[in-house]
Order: sequence, then structure tokens, then C-alpha cells
Amino acid sequence: MVIEISCVEVWREISNYIDGSTDRELRDRMEAHFKVCKHCSAVLDGTRNVVRLIADGAEFEVPASLSKRIYAKLDSQLGKS
Amino acid sequence: MEDQLIDRCLGGDHEAFYELMRPYERAVYFAAVGVLHNPADAEEVAQEAVLKAFNNLSKFRREAKFSTWLIQITINEARMRFRKDRAHLYESIDERKTDEEGDYRPKDFADWRDIPSEELQRRELREALKRALVSLDPKYREVLVLRDVQHMSIIETAQVLGISEGLVKTRLLRARLQMRDALAPGIDGSWTTGRSEFKKVRPW
Repeated sequence: MVIEISCVEVWREISNYIDGSTDRELRDRMEAHFKVCKHCSAVLDGTRNVVRLIADGAEFEVPASLSKRIYAKLDSQLGKS
Repeated sequence: MEDQLIDRCLGGDHEAFYELMRPYERAVYFAAVGVLHNPADAEEVAQEAVLKAFNNLSKFRREAKFSTWLIQITINEARMRFRKDRAHLYESIDERKTDEEGDYRPKDFADWRDIPSEELQRRELREALKRALVSLDPKYREVLVLRDVQHMSIIETAQVLGISEGLVKTRLLRARLQMRDALAPGIDGSWTTGRSEFKKVRPW
């Protein structure tokens, strides 16, 4: 039998849930909650989407020739440039 | 392998340092951008971090991972730069009051009528993400970048930032929920980036 969990508790654990680091009992309780709570379900989907988007690296453009420029100061100290 | 490169470098073979750095160039840059979010400043900080790592290589204790040590240096450089840039402002990173005790309540968009177009362009999405990241408190942004961009473990993130694992998890939670609030309601809807499709929550 799955014991109910409150929305506040769900929000507290939602990041761990997304990372798969909650224990089984908590996970089951949260999943039962998501089935009946539209708000928390929306929060879960939205937060998952955020994590996916950030992981995509979409918002971080790597500058051209980063490989060279990141060593500019070191090169200078070593008398290379 | 890395140990050999470090030994070689300490022995005077400077090229070994470049080889040692190669897998972490992007990580260093992204860590700097994560704290500063200004690409020009971030690049300068990244260069400083590389230089500092080279000059202090003899101080690197090999119980830790080289990448952890390197990113720690980068974060510290970035924070110093951040403080310097904002020295004239009232709030500093340390002074800013944020309530980490209370629960964060994510917004409910169930009644939102004005849902933006579901065909949000990739560029708009990138801009929205950038703005949302900028709006975060730096200490949340740092954790978010290390975990969700660099894919560092909780343990490693805690080591790099010098905080407990529990605090990493708390800050990560807040960072993710704040990002979602900043980006929703579009993010609870369906955005396609061309690479991933996002699950639609509401019927429209």
C-alpha cells in the first residue's frame, strides 16, 4: 500500500527523482502522486525539459578556436606568442 | 596517464601540460561562463585559470581528480572576477540573502491562457535559456552548470564548490525549479529543438 505524499514533499524531492536518486519507496509514492496531481505532473515535465535543454548545451556556444585562445596567457608566459 | 603527463610537466616538459588540459578545455570555459555568463569575461577567466593551474601544478594533491582541482581553480577565478565587477553594488555573492531554509514553491501554470507558440525557434529558445540562467542567483547557477552542463557527480560538485552534498542537492533543486518557472509555460508545453521533443502537458 502506497502512503500519500504532499505536493510540498514532492517539490522537495523532485530534483532527486529526476536524477533517479530517490529510494524505491519514495519513488513509488511520488509516482502515485504524479498520476493524480496535474500541477506536480506539470512541474515534473517542465523541470525535466529544463534539465534536458541545459544538457543539450544549446545556450552555451563554444567560441571559435577556443582551443587556441584558452592558452593565450600561458603561451605568453612561456614566451610562445 | 594523467599522472605521467603531470610528472612530465613538473619535469619541465611544458607541452605535456597542453596535453593534460585538452580534455578539459570546454569544461573550464563552461564553468567560467556559468558563473559570469559574459563570454568575453569568461574567456579571460578561463585563460587565468589555465595559467594558474600550470603555475601551481606542483601543489596539486593527487588524491583528488585533476579535473576537480582544475574546475575549482576556474570557479574561484570566476567568483573573484564576479566580485570585482560588482564591487560597487550593494550586494555581493556572499551578502545576497537567499532563503535556503524554506521550501521553494514552483508556479502553477494550469490557468495560463496566453501560451506562447509551440513552434518556438531554436534561437528564441536559446535566448530564453540564457536570460533564465542570468536571472539565477550565482550560487544556484554554479551548481546547475556543474551538474547539468558539465555532468559532474553530486560528490564532485560538492568538492569543487567546497560545500556539502546535501547543499548541492538543495541548490540544484532550487536552480532547476527557478529555471522552470522562468521558462514555463512554454516548457511545460511542446518545444522542439530539432533534437529532442518535449512532452506536452496540456491539450493545446
